[in-house]
Amino acid sequence: MTTLTFEDFKPGHFGTFGPRRVTREEILAFAAEFDPQPMHLDEAAASQSMLNGLSGSGWHLCSLMMRMLCDGFIGRTASLGSPGVNDLRWLAPLRPDDELTLDVEIAEARVSKSRPETGIVTFRNVARNAAGQALCEMVSPIIVRRRDAGAA
Amino acid sequence: MHFFEELEIGQRREAGSFTFTAENIKKFAAQFDPQRFHLDEEEGRKSLFGGLAASGWHVGSVCMKLMVADGQRRIREAMARGEKVAVWGPSPGFRELRWIRPVLAGDTVSFSSVIETKRLSDSRPGWGILQARNTGTNQRGEQVYSVLATAFVPRRDAG
Repeated sequence: MTTLTFEDFKPGHFGTFGPRRVTREEILAFAAEFDPQPMHLDEAAASQSMLNGLSGSGWHLCSLMMRMLCDGFIGRTASLGSPGVNDLRWLAPLRPDDELTLDVEIAEARVSKSRPETGIVTFRNVARNAAGQALCEMVSPIIVRRRDAGAA
Repeated sequence: MHFFEELEIGQRREAGSFTFTAENIKKFAAQFDPQRFHLDEEEGRKSLFGGLAASGWHVGSVCMKLMVADGQRRIREAMARGEKVAVWGPSPGFRELRWIRPVLAGDTVSFSSVIETKRLSDSRPGWGILQARNTGTNQRGEQVYSVLATAFVPRRDAG
C-alpha cells in the first residue's frame, strides 16, 4: 500500500471513516479504568446527571476517534506524531451502541519551518452518531513527512 | 469536591503520579492508537520520540484518571466530616492541549491542576464553569503535558 505523505493532504474534505459501534461493555471498561465518575458507570446516577443517562467518557470518545483515524488513514501515513489539540468540544454524550462515523477535514497544510523535511497538517475531525448528531469536534495538527525528504 | 463559590483563581491541587510501563503503553496503543512508535521499542527508538512512547491519548486519559481519583478522595473526606458534597458535572471540552515531550516507558508523570478562570453558566442556572490548567511533569522535572480543561461545577446554593 502506498504511504501517504504531506503532499497527499490538501485543504478541504478528506474523508468519512467508520462506522464503529461502541458497546456498553466498552464504555464501562474504559470508565472503570480512566474515568470512574458515576455518570459513566452507573445507570441510576447517570439518569440524574446533566447528561440524562449512561454516557461514555469524553476521553474514551477521543481515544476511539484516534483509533478511527489510525484505521482510516494514519496507519498508512508517514506520521511523526502530533504536538497537541488546539481545541476540542464534547457536544453531545456518547451512548451505548452508538455507531460512530468520523468526518475528517483538512483545515491547513503547511511546510514546517523548523523541520523542513516535514509538514504540519491541521485536521478538523467531527465524530457523529448514526443520527448524524455531532458528538465531538476537534482541531489537531499532525506532523507528516514530505515525499521528497527521503527515508528517515 | 469544592462548590463553585469556594474555588479561587490560582488554587492548585496535586492529583498524584502514574508510571507508564512498556506493558500499559502497548496495551492502550493496541486498543486505541496502534502507531508503530507506540507499540514497538525499536520503532520508538527510530522515531522522533527516541523510545517506546505512550499515546498522547493515554497520557490525557491517565491525567483524567488521577484527577477523578483525587476528586473522589475529597468527596469521601467531605462526607466523613458530614459536609455537603459537590459532585462536578461533565466537561464541554478543552483547549491548548500540548504533548510537550514524549512520555517513554519507565517515565513517572505527576499531574497537577491550577484554576485559571471561573464564571457562572448562562445557560444552566445552578452551575458555574471552571477553566483549569492541568499539567504533567516527569521524574526529571520536565513538563510533558498541558491542557486548559473546562468543567461544570455546581453552585452551593443550587440545592
